[in-house]
Parts: sequence; structure tokens; C-alpha cells
Amino acid sequence: MAQMNLKEAVRDAMRVELKRDPNVLLFGEDVGKVGGVFRATEGLQAEFGEDRVFDTPLAESAIGGLAVGLGVQGFRPIAEIQFVGFIFEAMDQICVQAARMRYRSGGRYNAPIVFRTPYGGGVKAAELHTDALEGLIAQTPGIKVVVPSNPYDAKGLLISAIRDNDPVFFMEHLNLYHAFRADVPEGEYTVPLGKANVVREGSDVTIITYGAMVHASLKAAEELEKSRGAKVEVIDLRTIMPIDIDTIVESIKKTNRAIVVQEAQRTSGIAAEVIAQINEKAILHLEAPVLRVAPPDTIYPFAQIEDAWLPNPARIVAGLNQVLDF
Amino acid sequence: MSVGQMTKHRSLGLTDREAVEMYSMMLRARKFDERGLVLQRSGKIAFHVSGIGQEAAQVGAAFALDREKDYYLPYYRDYGFVLSVGMTMRELMLSVFAKAEDPNSGGRQMPGHFGHKKLRIVTGSSPVTTQVPHAVGFALAAKMKRKDFVSFATFGEGSSNQGDFHEGCNFAGVHKLPVILMCENNQYAISVPLHKQVAGRIVDRAAGYGFPGVRVDGNDPLEVYRVVKEARERAVRGEGPTLIEAMMYRVSPHSTADDDMLYRTKEEVEENRSKDGLPRFRQYLIDCGIWDDAKEAELEQQLKIEINDATQYAEAAPHAQPEDLFRHVYAQPGRED
Repeated sequence: MAQMNLKEAVRDAMRVELKRDPNVLLFGEDVGKVGGVFRATEGLQAEFGEDRVFDTPLAESAIGGLAVGLGVQGFRPIAEIQFVGFIFEAMDQICVQAARMRYRSGGRYNAPIVFRTPYGGGVKAAELHTDALEGLIAQTPGIKVVVPSNPYDAKGLLISAIRDNDPVFFMEHLNLYHAFRADVPEGEYTVPLGKANVVREGSDVTIITYGAMVHASLKAAEELEKSRGAKVEVIDLRTIMPIDIDTIVESIKKTNRAIVVQEAQRTSGIAAEVIAQINEKAILHLEAPVLRVAPPDTIYPFAQIEDAWLPNPARIVAGLNQVLDF
Repeated sequence: MSVGQMTKHRSLGLTDREAVEMYSMMLRARKFDERGLVLQRSGKIAFHVSGIGQEAAQVGAAFALDREKDYYLPYYRDYGFVLSVGMTMRELMLSVFAKAEDPNSGGRQMPGHFGHKKLRIVTGSSPVTTQVPHAVGFALAAKMKRKDFVSFATFGEGSSNQGDFHEGCNFAGVHKLPVILMCENNQYAISVPLHKQVAGRIVDRAAGYGFPGVRVDGNDPLEVYRVVKEARERAVRGEGPTLIEAMMYRVSPHSTADDDMLYRTKEEVEENRSKDGLPRFRQYLIDCGIWDDAKEAELEQQLKIEINDATQYAEAAPHAQPEDLFRHVYAQPGRED
């Protein structure tokens, strides 16, 4: 089995699908010859040719609109938006055109597109390159939102996303691109969309999280077990639209306490949605309010203070202690 | 009219029958449009958006395309266009009544938001000009599949200021794609007149994207037919996109929710009504000796029957069920797309 970092796993998923299905196309700014500004698409144009892997002009709405046209024509476009903050330029094409094509046409057309974009903090790149904008997309019925936390999931989830008949917004954390390598099977395999993963089992409290915060949460879980012997369960959502509420409820029935950790600003995000669903489905199993560990409601901060702004293991531990001591 | 002008349609390769058919489509669209206004005013439908004064260009363009294989991305005033490529009167009426059987969207969209898979009309939506990059995507698909279809998008002159217009044109120009972009310049973006929308000429923008722009009298269906046909020939020869600016005038207010007398005068509207392409083309056919008052009366009678039938059919047709709201948001599990 190969060892890959998340970026290599993403690239491998695209290679597998480009090879398997001639309808899969890959395009965006700088994805061709240079292989993307992070080299996530390195070598793919050389392998599959300029017809299937190509650079676009610097125009995000055109990238989105082109993907819609090609998707309706039966292709499976993978459209890269170079940085997450640039999706604002393409919001109409992503959220209004791609996401609603099926509904709007009464099921006659669909747009099976994957919008890939790097996101996430901790790399000293300031606002718009590092924002966590998943909440904006997750509030759009018609599109799915996927956020992998590790190389194995990244490859399996991306293959599932490419094969999915609905548009998928696929977010790749910048800080995980090169953070670590892990075993990734060669060839094709899928990780299903809409299924969370219990990445650490525990019986006293549950952390629900996704993306890079899975790793901060795992560290916090270790620390808490050392400091007070509490056993922490960690759920990696993997897909945040739709949310796998069944796995969350199952865990809360066991632990009766939970926190949600997200990298996006506190208000109206995925954490708020998870807590709302817990209230609807499992409130009688709770011994304490479900808390959020999240950055404050500011614009993404300047590089010097981002480490203090982002949730870290110490703040997650504080949140866990709060629900355990309630 | 000179003898040369009287045979213009023949010199363009159109038979007498086709020329008459073009006129019939123009009148058919006009009559539908007028009925739409009446239905809205009488409270039968919620809203109507009009294309009166724009039929000549719409019909001329449709007849110049390959109605067996091209893909269309029309905008909300294009009744003449969609009727000419095969949408039925009943289908249009189902759309304005927003009924479940409406093939455009099953009643999910406002009227004038066309989509028809069998007729290769690609579903559009309300934010204007999003269809231009879609059309460019379709043209790229044609190139990749090595098929000889073209994509054809229309939009108003207001839309030519949207980013999607420029982003779409730019990509199409770079890749020399088989797409025809036709601006129906009706002089108004709701209430804003042309001179407050653009400083230069829309047609000149094509040069900036490296492909030809052609300005044409949008009240003359044969001229529009000619330029769209040429654009199509260029497209299938691999010579790339064409921007067409068809000049016309929006005779009706923007929609039934608009009062145009707040921003223009009756005199201005009347002056432009006299340039209407519909009576002008009728006179042309009469001068050619292939149309007369008896035929006109017969056509009017036929259209009345057709529109009455469509109105009754659509009015009686069932609405979508409330639970249909949950259909087609995502793919249904176990169902192939």
C-alpha cells in the first residue's frame, strides 16, 4: 500500500477517475502545465492531455458556468477554484446554477460537478485564502459538501464525489495537504458520502468535528484522558451536507455530553446545525448543553494571531471540561 | 420594393413556404404574448413578461439554426424563438399557469424561464446572463465530442454588462468555440435606457475577445436569418464564436409589474411601434405575392383556436402536488440519471 499525503491522495483520486471514465474533465486556473498552485494536479495534463485537463482564464464565474454547461452535456467536470475565498466570484454558478439545475428543470437536467477548493487556516495566508466557507455552501439545497480530514478519506470521498450525480463542493485543507502521510490503497475505492466516521471511541463525551479540527480534537482527547481519565469519542463528519445525524445520536446515547468543534466563525455555521439536529433527535439523552468551540465572529485574522484565533487542543479541552463539569 | 428585394428570402435559400412559416411564428408569438397580458390583467395568472417587438429577430434566428441538433439557451422574452424550435402553445401556457405538466420546470419557475430537454432548450434562470457561460460549456462539449452542433444563447443589452457575458465571451474566443451569442438590444434594461447602460456599441465588444461582431436590424427576420446562418456556418467550420447585436425596441413595459410611462413617453413608444417587424414582414410577403388578407384572416382564426385550446387546457391542468417540492432537489436513491 502506498503512503500518501492528502494532496497526493486527492491527485490519485483524480488520476483514477480520469483513467476510468473518459467523461471526467479537470480544469481551473493553473491546473494544467504547472499542476496547480499547490501542485495538486501535477502530471495530470501530461498524462491525460490538454483536452481533458486544462487551464482556464482567470475568471471564476466562467469556470463555474462552463462546468454547468459541460455537466448538463454529460461530462463529469472537476472544477478547481484556486482558493476558497474566490468562490464568491462564482457563487451564482455554484449555488444558483449547478445546485438548482435538477430541481429547476423538474429532474430533466442535472449537473454532476465537483467543485474542488483548498481552504483552511494555520498557513499564514490571511483572509480569503484560508477562510472556512463551508457554511455558505451547506445552506444550499441541491449541492453536497465534503471535507476530508486524512489521505485515505480524501481519495475515497473524492472518487465518490466525482461519481455522484449531484454537484459536490469538495474542500481540501491547506494545512493537511502536507501534514502527514498515511496508507492509501492503490487504484479505486470509495468512501461513501453522507457517512461520518468514529475516529476515536469513548464513553464520557463526544466531539463532533471535521477537516483539520479532527486532529486538534484527537490531541485534546488524549490530553483530557491523561488529565482526568475521561474517555472522549471523536466523530469526523467527513460530509457536512448532508450531516450523518444517526452516527451523532448513537454516540450521544452513549456519552450524554458533546461539543462541536469548527474552524469557521462561531455563528450560523455547521456547529449550529449539528446542535439543532441533536436538540431535535437526542435532547433527552443530554446531561449538559452542547457547546461550540469555534473562532469569534470576526473576519479571518492577520497571520500573527491566527494560531490564537483558531480552535486549538487547549481550547477544546476547556470546552470538554465545561460540559463534563456541568 | 424592387424585384431584388422581393425575392430576398429565396436568395437566402428560404422557400416561400418557409417565409410564410416565419411570419406565422411571429404572429403566433405575438398573439400568445397578448393573451398572456390579458390573462394577467384578468387575474388568471400571476405574472407575464413580454417579448412584443422582438419576435422578428427571435424567429429569424431560430430558422437559421439546425433544429435537429443545436442547443438553445434563450432568455425570458424569447417566445418567438421557443415556438419556432418546437415548443407547443399548450406547453407555453402550462408554463404561465405554472402547472405540474409544464415541461419547462413543472411550474417551479416564473414564466419565460424556458427549458425543454427534447427540444434541446437548456434550462435557464432569473439572474441574467448566467446562460452565456453555460452556452460556452455546451460549445466546448461539441468540440470535445467532435459533433457539429452549435450552442445559441440570447440575452438583453442589459445583460451585456454582466461579468458572465465577458467571462463567457473570453473563454469562447480563446478556444474558438462554436457558440452564437445574440444580444436582443431592445433599448431598455427595465427602466434604464441604453445610453445609461453602455457608452460604446455592444457589437464592438466582440473585437476585444477576438471574434466578429455583427449588428443587424432586429426588426427584419430575413436579415437576422442571414447573419445567424453565417455565424452558424463559421461555427461549424471551426472558426469560432460570433456576437450578434440585433437592434429592436421593447414595445411593452418590462413586465406586468412595470409602468413604463414613469421612464419613457407614449410618443417614443408609438414612434417605435411604427418600426415593428411584424407588419413590415407581412407587407413584404404581400408584395412578394405569397400572402393576402384572406390568408391573414385564416391564420388569425387558427391561432385563436390554438390559443383558446391551450389556455383552457393549461387552466384545467392540475397543479404540482405540495410534496413535489421534495422531488429533484437531489438525485433519488436508486434512480439512474
